Amino acid sequence: MLIKPPADIPSSEITDKKVYLNRRQFIRTAAGTALAAGAGVIATEKLLGAQQPAPHGRKLVTKSSPLSTKETPNTWEHITTYNNFYELEPGAGNGPSRLAKSFKPAEPWTVSVEGECAKVGKINLEDILKGETLEDRIYRHRCVEAWSMVIPWVGFPLGNFINRCQPTSKAKFVEFTTLLDPRQFPGQRLPVLDWPYVEGLRMDEAMHPLTILGVGLYGEVLPSQDGAPLRTVVPWKYGFKGIKSIVKIRFVEKQPVSTWQKTAPNEYGFYSNVNPKVDHPRWTQARERRLPSIFQNRPTELFNGYGDQVASMYTGMDLKKNF
Amino acid sequence: MTSNQAIRWVLKPAVFLAALVPFGLLVRGLLAGNLGADPLKEITTGTGLWTLRFLCITLTVTPLRRLSKWNGAVRFRRMLGLFAFFYGTVHLLIFIVADRLAGLGFPPLAAWQTFRDLAASIGGEIYKRPYITVGFTAWVCMLALAATSTAGMIRWLGGKRWQRLHRLVYVAAIAGVVHYWWSVKADLRGPQTYAVAVGALLVFRIVWWARARASVPARRARRAAAS
Repeated sequence: MLIKPPADIPSSEITDKKVYLNRRQFIRTAAGTALAAGAGVIATEKLLGAQQPAPHGRKLVTKSSPLSTKETPNTWEHITTYNNFYELEPGAGNGPSRLAKSFKPAEPWTVSVEGECAKVGKINLEDILKGETLEDRIYRHRCVEAWSMVIPWVGFPLGNFINRCQPTSKAKFVEFTTLLDPRQFPGQRLPVLDWPYVEGLRMDEAMHPLTILGVGLYGEVLPSQDGAPLRTVVPWKYGFKGIKSIVKIRFVEKQPVSTWQKTAPNEYGFYSNVNPKVDHPRWTQARERRLPSIFQNRPTELFNGYGDQVASMYTGMDLKKNF
Repeated sequence: MTSNQAIRWVLKPAVFLAALVPFGLLVRGLLAGNLGADPLKEITTGTGLWTLRFLCITLTVTPLRRLSKWNGAVRFRRMLGLFAFFYGTVHLLIFIVADRLAGLGFPPLAAWQTFRDLAASIGGEIYKRPYITVGFTAWVCMLALAATSTAGMIRWLGGKRWQRLHRLVYVAAIAGVVHYWWSVKADLRGPQTYAVAVGALLVFRIVWWARARASVPARRARRAAAS
């Protein structure tokens, strides 16, 4: 278990949360608490502020972020029924949402922190979230398959968590691993990818304020098919760089090899920054369709339009070589 | 009603309408907006898969006819092949309009410049992307078969030459499977299924061809012995 840093939530916010819940809902929650056998479930939900009923599941307490785009988000339905989550079913489509019930994130959800850091060990999701303020981060999402959406994520800066892990000077990259559990993930019974899914970020990318650990969508708890309960969101990179259902975070000195890189090294590089000038070998990345549009007519922006914030991390790098 | 009339007035129209059902469903879904978040992907893969399915169904006609000894089966072959061409053409048109023409920003269609830019844009993709090269090859084969599918063309070409030309259907089917295989990212289950289906339909023909070749000398020998 990690030593918690001093709480950075002002006490006013905590009061706020109590005001947020009206009495009736408080009673309902209390009754639920009394009935529930698993204390872990309740603890996590409390931390997520998930007592509020929500249209699709469980509500989160969030605040808005200046880093959000003003663009109109895609609908909940589109974001939760059109997914690339090979662990549930390979291929983009409604497969993952149809099979979402087969994956119920364990309570408590445990993440193993490993490698070049002072705070090696296992940590529960509730402890990861302790002291963090959840923010709505409305980001453009550009899939490597040349489509895009606008997604109102809920999360907090990955950098906050990394700081708490106290990485050593040897930590140059962060490697993430998805849960390996073929009983819950039917896709993992197929030899389509080299399971479990692994992704990586350079330390400065992981520490960037835009990079978040996502736990929600539209102010609600993240549904299974979108990578519950904990995922990364890196908005200037292709969608597959956002790894879902994370169970391991490892600080390493050498650049990790991501799963897609391993599968097709000529098609998917380590960086995978959105770049209209670097084609996928099988299709152009110059344009995208903003779903649900059927026309491939929206010009793709370098770094998915986040160049002002992130381009400086890549100065002097050949982006064609380091695709 | 004779069986001839039954085929002409009942079975063929029924098959014709059934073959249009997938197209109707895709159009309805597109207009109603119920193809999900990514309708382009739905209509592209939908029409692509139906092209392959109709190619397979067309290639099933001859084995079916031989095994069942029902010669009426052959009466459906042209129509089924034309449906493969139809779905393949819609598939290609979707690419041209939603990908290429949209990429050019939908310039005025009547202009010569548009035609040139579009041709360059389509040609560039056919040249640059191997999976599009083979996909386009499959469509060109089907175009040649569709163009020579009329009774007049058969007469004009002569049965032997026509038959030789129409062996291009094998090239179309194989190229179609390769196109599908090369277009997927990692999950090869779909392409593998069609590879097995097309492979099996080709094996039938290879076996018959080998048997026919073997039986020619045997027949000659029998005839020589009898005389």
